[in-house]
Amino acid sequence: MSSKNPLRSPVGKKLITGITGLGLVVFVLMHMIGNLSMFTGSDAYNEYAHFLAGLGPVLYAMEVAIVAFFLFHIVNGIQIWLGKRKARPVGYDTYRSAGKPSQQSTSSRSMIITGSILGIFLVIHIISFKFGPGGPGNADAAYVTNVGGTEMRDLSKLVLEKFGSPFYAFGYTFVMLLLITHLRHGIWSALQSLGAMRPSLTPLVYGVGAVLGMLIGLGFIALPLAIYFHLI
Amino acid sequence: MADSMNIKLKVWRQAGPKAQGRFETYTVPEANPHMSFLELLDVLNEQLIKDHKEPVEFDHDCREGICGSCGVVVDGVAHGPQRRTACCQLHMRHYKDGDTIVVEPWRAEAFPIIKDLVVDRTAFDRIIAAGGYVSINAGAAQDANSLPIPKTAADLAMDFASCIGCGACVAACPNASASLFTAAKISHLAMLPQGAPERKLRVTAMVDQMAEEGFGDCSNHAECEAVCPKGISISAIAMMRREYVKAVMS
Repeated sequence: MSSKNPLRSPVGKKLITGITGLGLVVFVLMHMIGNLSMFTGSDAYNEYAHFLAGLGPVLYAMEVAIVAFFLFHIVNGIQIWLGKRKARPVGYDTYRSAGKPSQQSTSSRSMIITGSILGIFLVIHIISFKFGPGGPGNADAAYVTNVGGTEMRDLSKLVLEKFGSPFYAFGYTFVMLLLITHLRHGIWSALQSLGAMRPSLTPLVYGVGAVLGMLIGLGFIALPLAIYFHLI
Repeated sequence: MADSMNIKLKVWRQAGPKAQGRFETYTVPEANPHMSFLELLDVLNEQLIKDHKEPVEFDHDCREGICGSCGVVVDGVAHGPQRRTACCQLHMRHYKDGDTIVVEPWRAEAFPIIKDLVVDRTAFDRIIAAGGYVSINAGAAQDANSLPIPKTAADLAMDFASCIGCGACVAACPNASASLFTAAKISHLAMLPQGAPERKLRVTAMVDQMAEEGFGDCSNHAECEAVCPKGISISAIAMMRREYVKAVMS
């Protein structure tokens, strides 16, 4: 049975946002775990980065997929936000949540704001690290190291330099707190969007989603703060 | 409990669909705790008529919480502070002498204001007309036992069928989405064998119509469930999404 345009329908938009959102959760989780390798030493971190770069076409395919996920997630998110503004051009003088079982929170109401800041951060982050000194198209002899006889990019040096600055260390920490806020509503919401929820599971899934989001965010925050305060 | 309460009302007044609206503040000195919220508005209107002023227009019918006609936003919450209660069944005993209550109409592009607190909810009728029915020729009523339906399915269908179409879900939704209303109708019929022959056509047509009417998209705030006078769960929305995917994939 065909709908006029299933992917543009209210259900389709939520499915796309949910599926890409969950995909991006897996991505940030893997990224966070990868970052933690820095705690076992610079060599381990550089070797991990070197391993990823060495994947070649597999890495490119993953990058294309991740970029596509981000784009679809962002475009749908913005469309939902624009649609919401059009659907209620005149707001209420007084508005408040009726409380449980509502899941409305600062987190759920600020998805467009936290999402936009995360999007801007993403661009700065990729320019700073992936395409930073020693990265693709930016060869720099000062950022080359030798681990176990293999020459590789000294990404660890760049990370230590960047997070030595308060602007980067605390800016990054702030944005990761916004990621926690985004995921607190996002993980549960994605599962509800995929039709995977039933009432008895809601409190559990909301709780697990919020905890997972917090673990991801705290995992990211650990590295810049540890570097800034000379703990590693 | 004091027998007489002095209640201040800040009410949205709007002469017509295109007119510029504004808040007017009124005092009802003769309110009492036994009144329903709509009876408070009745008393206000009697005062206004006595003063040769336009009474406040508001929708109402059964005043028993079952017809879905009434509905205003009371102090920022659709149908007011009492859970699972339409505002006709909200009683003044929940308020104190001297309280000020802000009363606004449902706000949504798809629910244009007709006058004061009355909005045009025919968008809901068009969503129902798109597929919220069973078009089999029923003939004479069958023997109830000839069509076995598990009790759990019948109970759940009844929960979804309890939607009275008041529009509080749209009013409370930060996105003005009609997902809970549409999903309740779809899920109610999807649970029952009578709804099965048209279930695919129904879900796609109703979801398309919902978008056509200019309601916003759902962001899973679940505010709709919290204000629904029948307490319909957002699991209806999850079911609508599953139904939709099954329909477009086949």
